[in-house]
Order: sequence, then C-alpha cells, then structure tokens
Amino acid sequence: MKHENESLVNEDLIYAHLIASVVIVAIVFLAGLLYSMQFLYIYPFPGISFLSPGRLRSVHTNGAVYGFIVNGFTAALYWAVPRLTGKKVFNEKYVGWFMFIALQAAVLGTVFGLLHGDAQAIPWGETPWYIDPFVVVWLLVSLAQFTVPIYKHAIEKALYAANWYIIAGLVWIPMVYIMGNYFPTFFVPGIAGAAITGTWIHDAVGLYVTPIGWGLCYYFIPVILKKPVWSHSLSLLGFWGLAFFYPLQGVHHYLWTPIPMYAQYAAVLSTVALELAVVSVIVNFMMTLKGRAEALKDSIPLRWIYIGIVNYAITCFQCAIQVLLTTQKVIHFTDWVVGHAHLIMFGTFGFWILGFISYLWPKVTHRQSYSKAAEEWAFWLILVGIELMWIDLLAAGLVQGFMWWSLSPWMDSIRYSFPFWIVRAISGVLMSAGLTFYIYNFYMTARNKTVSIIQAQQAGGSI
Amino acid sequence: MKFSRIVLIVGILCFAFGTFWQAVAPWLTLRKIPVKTLEDIAKDIPPEFFMLAQDYPVEFNKYFGKADKKSFMDALETGRDIYIGEVCWQCHSQCVRPVSKEEIRFGKISYISEYNNVMQLPQLISTRRVGPDLIRESGVHSNDWHAAHFKDTRAVTPGSIMPSYTWFFDKDGHLNKKGLSVITYVQWLGSWTKPSKYDLETSKPEAAKIEVSQPEAAKTEVSQPEADKIEASQPEAAKTEVSQSGVGKTKASEAGHE
Repeated sequence: MKHENESLVNEDLIYAHLIASVVIVAIVFLAGLLYSMQFLYIYPFPGISFLSPGRLRSVHTNGAVYGFIVNGFTAALYWAVPRLTGKKVFNEKYVGWFMFIALQAAVLGTVFGLLHGDAQAIPWGETPWYIDPFVVVWLLVSLAQFTVPIYKHAIEKALYAANWYIIAGLVWIPMVYIMGNYFPTFFVPGIAGAAITGTWIHDAVGLYVTPIGWGLCYYFIPVILKKPVWSHSLSLLGFWGLAFFYPLQGVHHYLWTPIPMYAQYAAVLSTVALELAVVSVIVNFMMTLKGRAEALKDSIPLRWIYIGIVNYAITCFQCAIQVLLTTQKVIHFTDWVVGHAHLIMFGTFGFWILGFISYLWPKVTHRQSYSKAAEEWAFWLILVGIELMWIDLLAAGLVQGFMWWSLSPWMDSIRYSFPFWIVRAISGVLMSAGLTFYIYNFYMTARNKTVSIIQAQQAGGSI
Repeated sequence: MKFSRIVLIVGILCFAFGTFWQAVAPWLTLRKIPVKTLEDIAKDIPPEFFMLAQDYPVEFNKYFGKADKKSFMDALETGRDIYIGEVCWQCHSQCVRPVSKEEIRFGKISYISEYNNVMQLPQLISTRRVGPDLIRESGVHSNDWHAAHFKDTRAVTPGSIMPSYTWFFDKDGHLNKKGLSVITYVQWLGSWTKPSKYDLETSKPEAAKIEVSQPEAAKTEVSQPEADKIEASQPEAAKTEVSQSGVGKTKASEAGHE
C-alpha cells in the first residue's frame, strides 16, 4: 500500500485547478469593482446591455462560488484526500480531467449566460437553467471522485475528522443543489418557494462551503503546524452541531415575510444555536495553535487560514445577533447583509482558499515562493480591505435601515449612503491591489528557476 | 465500517429533518392555496396596460397588436423574464414587511396568497433593497414616467443610481418590446390590491372584499366601494374607453397613490 508522492497525488490536476481559481478570482474582483462604480455614478460602460451592472453583479457572486471557491476546494481536495486516506482518487486521467474541463465550461457558460440576460431568479443559483443539469452531474462525479478513496480507507481504519466533513459536504451538495435550483423555479411558486430558496442559499454555504472548508482546515492546520489537532472530540461536536443546526436555518434570509412563523422561529433559534458548534471548532483550532503562534510570522498560508478563522468567529457572532427578529427590522434589505456576506465568503472561505493556494502552489510547481514581500503586501492589503469593507457596509446598513424606518424620502437613503459607497469602492481597490500582488507572486513562483529541495522533500510527507 | 454507515445515515437524516422543517413543511402548509395561472391573472388586467396601448399606439401595435387578454399575457410574461434576466430583483424587493413602518411607505402588507401565481415562479421577494420595494408599484407612477426613467434614470430621479436601460428602446428612441413588457410587468405589480375595474370575467365579490380595508382606498372619495362599478372621482384619474378589449365600458382610476 506504499505510494510514492507522484503516484498518490496528481499534481497536474491540482496545478490546473489552482490556475483556474486564481484567474477567476481576478475576474470576480473586477466585476465587483465595476459594480461598485455604478453606485458612484462613474460606471464606465453605461448603455451596454452585455455589461449592465445588474448582470455583472451576478457574475461577481456566481463566479466567486462556482469559479473561485469550487476550483480552490477541488484543488485542495486532490491534495488532501489521497494524503488523508493513502488511496488515490477514483480516476485521475479521465474523470479528473473531465471534471476540470466541465467545471471551467460550466463557469464560462454561466458567465456568458448571465451577461446575455439568462439569469435564474435564485440567489446564488443564477446559473442559467440550461447549465444546472451539468452542475448536478459535476457534483455527482466529484462525489464519486473523492468519496471512493475515503470509503476504501474507512474499511480499514477509523476516519479522521477531516474526512467526515469532506464526505458530508460532498453528499449534501447535490441534494441541496437539486432542491434549490429546480423546485422554486419549476414547481413551487411564491412563499413556499421562498422558503426553499432560503434553504438553498444557506445550505450552499452551510452544507458545502463550510464542511469542505472546515475539513480542509482540519487537514492543513495540523500539517503546517506539524502537530495534531487539540481535541478530536471537539471536532466531532462541531461536526454534529453543523449537521443538525445548519439545514434548519434557511428561512432566516426571509424573516418577516409571509413565510409561516414556525419556520422563521426555527431558523432564528437554530442560527443562534449554531454558535455552539462554531465556537467548538474555533476553540479547537485556536488551542491547536497554542504554543506555536510564532509560526504565523513565517508561514503565510497559516496566516491566511488563521485570520480567516478570526473573521469566521466575528461573522458567526454577528450572525447570532443579526438573525434576531428585532435586529432584522432594521438591517434586513440593507447593506449590512452585504457586508456580512463579504466577510464570510471572502474574509473566511476566500482567505482559507488563498491560504491553500499559497501552500499548494510551490509544492505542485516544485519552486520556492518567489517573494515574501509580495506575499506580505497581498496579505495586508486584502486584510485591511475586507475589514474596512465590512465595517463600512455595517454602518451603511444601519444608516439605511433607520432612514427607512424614519420614513425619510427614499432618495435620502441613497444620498446618505453615498459616502459609505465611496469607502466601499476604496476597500475594493485595496483588495484588488492586494490580489495583484498575490497574482504577481503566483505567476513569478511558477517562473522561478530555483527548485526547492526542501519543498520537494516536504511534499513527500503525509500525515 | 458499520459505524461510518450509521454516520452517513444520521447525516442525511439531519439534512432531511432541517429541509423538512424549513422547506417542505411550508410547502405542505400552503399547498391548499390555489396557484393562479397566467390565464387567471389575465382576468384582472390593470388599467395601466390599456393606457400603455393608448400612450404608445404605434409601438404597441407593432409588437403586441391589440390590448387584450392575449397581448397582456404575452407582455406580462416577457416583462417578468426581463425583470429576472436584468437581475432587477437584486436591488428591488417585492415584499412589504409588517415592521419598520413599511406599510406607510409602500402600502398594504404582503400576504401569502398574492404570491401564489406563476409570475412568482421563482419567487422574487429578494434580499436587498437598493431601490424601493416594487410589490405595490402599480399606478404609483405613470407609464410615461417609467419610459423616461428607463431611458435616463437621473433625468427623472436626480441622484438615482439605477442604470439606464437603453436597450429597452429602438434606434429612434421609441420603446421596443422589452420596454413595453417591463412597464406592463411593473405596472401589474400590486394592481390586485387596488380597486378593480377591469374584471373581464364576472368575479366581483373577491375584488370588492380586498379593497375596503385599505387606508389608501379610504382616502380617495369612493362613494360606494361595494358597488360593482367604482367611479373614480379624482380629477386626474384617467378615464379610458377600451373598445378593443371586447368590454363595453371600462373606467380606470389611478386611485390612492400619491
């Protein structure tokens, strides 16, 4: 059962997915920046239907999920799953490359579909209806690709926590996707459809992005720190907390709508209760770091991951407050929610993926990272940018919410939001500058002539 | 191995439980409310649609022909698709919540049955309000206002950040099919909560039932709300004779929106 690294992990696949992830995140940033310019009356392409700000917004959100996050996770899974199980993935040559090409085709198709005006009115499921079946097939194939080695491994040994999370995420997401993209669009209209849509929005984050992200952190953190996680039991508590409470929260995206109140109360209570599971995971990660915090200074990947965890703690704490029906009176429909979404999707999961990428890229290219300085600039610019955006949009949300409540003229809520939108655009520029450094380092690392022997040796190790 | 199987089953059960409570149960609870088809919706055509045919007769005739039930269904569905495709719903919600004084700003609080129709498939409640809510938009502005607003938003609403939708107009600057359809759709939103004058079929009792309790309806001087024909007494209310629609006399009022 001994494998050489070369045969256990297919580095070409990881290489391809990492490039796709980085290219798409650049496009996502560009779309977001352009969209923010519409709020400042300086949108550069007015009157062009293909580049209408509304359509670009969908490219921004869907590109982030299907392009950046799924590509990043898939690359990391190709690295982590064989190492966690000692088995190769289901099939690299055909299934692996089919998955890669199909994913990029789906993302490209989505982008063109959205720009052509074929969006589907499902938040985060704007993927045109003709792309949806391919996404479902892709999700099922990826389920086979990664659960086969885990299944083989499970026959021999007990599963490590990371595997639990990964299986769970991969099993849940096809069901969630079918539920969220087909039922509200074709079968269930109106309020019942809204309940299903809400469940989809939240499950896409909670039952795919979160478990896969946590699972990969449970792999990468001990590997980078070279020490085991603090508590195995806590990781299981986190897992079951997630499994039980997360699917119950969907309706909290539509509080105070005519959705039956039993669904709304369950959503509020379970969202607050999820804080328990989240705290258990965060405590576990933080206690793992205990005594080794110095590593944050040297290891950029570790820093991305841990600052992501800090952002995660902030967002989830915020989540437990903002979900209350009282708070919802003010902040629902405002920029507050947008700020929250950015901190969780980019500030947490985006940071983790950027961490995974900067960890994996030198390994699959067999080069040393080109420049520590560029990595530092990238990290700090993006960190300052995302925190600025979060605080700014929170404040904007409060201003808007209270202005609406006070029955001020609608246009006043736009006028008073204007300064906040300027700051939001500036924070976007900061993050884009950081990302430019990141991509510069990414590109130069691949062109770096020096082959790192230490890195190559490390790559052979497995936990 | 047996243990991992249990884990898998329990995991799926958790998912099933959550999904049942959050998604399936509301569906079951609400399943008895009839779902209106496009045909049902077209029984009650808002007056703004007939006014649209009068305001833009050349364009309307070119793309839709006569203003009747069939062309209304066509325009409404096309308009809804454009509303989705242009992603209007990410900046405009369609729900008046019972909090935050929204019923004063927008009108009647949203209720379940008004969403049970094929135009809400998928639902368009939305989660963000950059621009105002649109579920009570019918008749708040005139068709001309909407046409001008789509062409150059800031000329109509100074300071607006809504993009201009120049592709709703043909080369000569006249509304094209997209523009007419979107206006039809927006003018339809919430028309069911206004006093109904255009019941092509005879289904009066429901229409009369909804309206009386509304604060706006009370404000306008409607002499006999429960009477079959409601005569609008406001000076600016448009009176429209629609001979094409097959209904003899039909009178429109933009009552109650100021």
